[in-house]
Amino acid sequence: MPSQEDFALMAHLMRRAGFGASRAELEERCARGYEATVEELLNPGGDSGIDEDDLYRYFPQFESSLAPVAAQTEWVYRMVNTQWPLKEKMALFWHQLFATGNSKVDNPPELLAQIGMFREEGLTNFPNLLVRLAQNPAMIYWLDNNGNHYGSINENWGRELLELFSMGVGHYSEEDIKEASRAFTGWTLGAKPPRQPVGRFYWNFEFKPEDHDYGEKEFLGHTGNFDGDDIIDIIVKQEDTARFLARHLYNFFVADEPQVPAWNITPPNDPSAIDTLVKAYMDSDADIKSILRTLFNSDFFKDARYQHVKSPAELVVSTVRMAGNYNQPRTGFTLLAFECGWQGQELMNPPSVESWHTGSEWIDGGALVRRVNFAAKLLSDTSLPGVKSIVAGLKERGNLSPAEFIRACLDLVGPVEVDEGTFDQLLNHAREGGDVSWDTEEGAAESEKRTGVMLAMIAATREFQFA
Amino acid sequence: MASTRKDPVLVVLQLSGANDYLNTVVPFTNPLYWENRPNLGLPENQLIKFTDDLAFHPTMGPVKELWDDGQMAIIHGIGYENSSRSHFRSMDIWHTCEPDKVGTEGWLGRVIRDLDPTGDNVLKGVNFGQGLPRAMALRGVPVTSVSDLASYGVLTDIPAIGGGDDREQMLELFSRVYSPAIGTGTVMDYLGQTGRDALKGADIIKAAPEQYSSTIEYADNPIAKSLKSVAQVHLANLGTQIFYTQYGSFDTHFNQLPAHAKLWTDVSGAVNDFFADLREHDAADNVVMLVFTEFGRRVQDNGTGCDHGRGGVAFALGDAVNPGMYGEYPSMKAEDLFEGDMVPSYDFRGFYSTFAERWLGLDAKPIVGGEYEQLHFL
Repeated sequence: MPSQEDFALMAHLMRRAGFGASRAELEERCARGYEATVEELLNPGGDSGIDEDDLYRYFPQFESSLAPVAAQTEWVYRMVNTQWPLKEKMALFWHQLFATGNSKVDNPPELLAQIGMFREEGLTNFPNLLVRLAQNPAMIYWLDNNGNHYGSINENWGRELLELFSMGVGHYSEEDIKEASRAFTGWTLGAKPPRQPVGRFYWNFEFKPEDHDYGEKEFLGHTGNFDGDDIIDIIVKQEDTARFLARHLYNFFVADEPQVPAWNITPPNDPSAIDTLVKAYMDSDADIKSILRTLFNSDFFKDARYQHVKSPAELVVSTVRMAGNYNQPRTGFTLLAFECGWQGQELMNPPSVESWHTGSEWIDGGALVRRVNFAAKLLSDTSLPGVKSIVAGLKERGNLSPAEFIRACLDLVGPVEVDEGTFDQLLNHAREGGDVSWDTEEGAAESEKRTGVMLAMIAATREFQFA
Repeated sequence: MASTRKDPVLVVLQLSGANDYLNTVVPFTNPLYWENRPNLGLPENQLIKFTDDLAFHPTMGPVKELWDDGQMAIIHGIGYENSSRSHFRSMDIWHTCEPDKVGTEGWLGRVIRDLDPTGDNVLKGVNFGQGLPRAMALRGVPVTSVSDLASYGVLTDIPAIGGGDDREQMLELFSRVYSPAIGTGTVMDYLGQTGRDALKGADIIKAAPEQYSSTIEYADNPIAKSLKSVAQVHLANLGTQIFYTQYGSFDTHFNQLPAHAKLWTDVSGAVNDFFADLREHDAADNVVMLVFTEFGRRVQDNGTGCDHGRGGVAFALGDAVNPGMYGEYPSMKAEDLFEGDMVPSYDFRGFYSTFAERWLGLDAKPIVGGEYEQLHFL
């Protein structure tokens, strides 16, 4: 039998490296051990993690749909039901880092294809990801590299590649941006075949040699007839890049950092953790799996329980996984996709290329109200399979004093850790109902009802906002 | 100041993504405009001319009406020294008034604090949109952020809790669970404050749409919806003095002509409808609107769009505004440009100061971080 601490740690790993896990899954994983679970997460199967036939049989309208919400819904379905939690979590990580938005791209299938690329390539290495990104049609269009021509550069992609995707402000010059932009001239979208009679075609990356600037460039102190690959080669060898990516990984997986625009002047919350990740980056030639292995096995990760405000996608997906009512195709997934947007994270449509601000900036009055209402409604519904099994878990523990009742609820729904003040308030409330008993049919019904209300209140706490 | 005077209200409209100055207020008699904009030059016969040398974008007819009615001030060449070409950095600077370091306090957060030092009215500042703009963020200052006015409230629609007394009891528990606790950290404090404020604000603000009726039919687009919500809350007299909303993206590197036309069609119509709505309810006299963007765009077009630039244009709108033009259109002569961009001639912090001091009656210095030239549009 795993200790309470083992459970808490496994639940922490699964919240961060995935979208949370049920009590039953946690028990299985605890039996296999922490490090073995880390390896399982880092080495998913080659498939996408869901039964695609199932998905498109139930939702044929999703395939190549031009409606943004259809693309968002498909992604939410994958996040809820994936067999490979970290693979899907990495797709979300890269999306939040390489933020590309439908507000401009206006092509949901292309954005979904980009997310698919993040899913498939997300655990490879950083140079590979940057090259894939530079050649990704949605990104080319989003940052105008199709308007970046020989002799007439458009520096949008060149600038954001350096500022937001690799090195961070302050580590390169305006000249470097221009030279990088020159190197990416001719990296563009190919002409598409006409739509009729067989329908739309996906965009394709195309290198147009006649539009490429083959001239000499000076970039970050290097001189040569660089093209885009060479620029990425130089970028990924910079320690500034390692540091920038390390901080993003820390912010996403470990604990909330200040917002990205502050990074060049505000030191990390845990500089030695960042150093550890930078070393893992440099030692492994930017191998993402190696960096994450270091991260998940580190003490700084294990000690960071509930130090990360859930993003809306994390909150929505982990709550429905807990409630257990979306683990197969059904209607209602569309509402989950909308819900992410209403809470402030419209998937595949970040507010700008700077992406969403994270941490406490996910929370404002409006977002908090939505988060509370969404989670409280689901977790208080004792007819849902996941909530039923929480009730069953409580019954197994027999009759409970008010304090035991709250501890058991917190345990089975997380374990969620609440501070003393919160616990005391919940306790005052629970005391009004007295002990929880399952002895009579009437008592059990009343206890079940009280469980629903208690779970609603737990879902409404501040602590529940954290992962 | 007579006690019957209504409190001044400021509505901030952010044009996100960097609105193109040259194609918004077009210097059509300047040959350099046509030379630099071979692809983006707007057809002269469609321009809406309002002086001998300047014209609005062809879609800005509804804005021109405000100009003709003497309700519009145009502030030329606005920006700041060493302008950043990063949207995000520049927007941060506009939001925090901190060009040299990354600030965490928003200038409107400071305004709201000074208007309501005790934080009694959680609706003193209201944002319509997703997430809170940094301009309104200031720890300890309650601000309400509403994405949808129609469905706003804590623990609504939860069958296990129900309504009436049961819900009231849960709301009390919620309020206690969100009360301040010692030593739990700034994020927990922030969440606690946010939760209590949300609770307080929700029940008040949701009455606004119920009381509202109007003959104005706003268009069906996000900025029209946001400004309609502003009108509804303003007309409900909830004491809100700072409203915020945004629209975009104005980041027209590519295919600017159709995109920019659509954006200004939406904004012009929404702004005009908003003021018409307020006038219909005799509630326009204490409202001014501030319209800004993070920077202007490059003078020379890049084919079908234009890149990030420097100096931009801002507007002040409303009955109380002294109409006219302020500052000068920056020179487009090659020798006067900085790396191809028009150089700002007027610091945005002076623009903000004008609103803070002459409209809201506050000491502008601590709000914008110094003394900057104010203008006479208020």
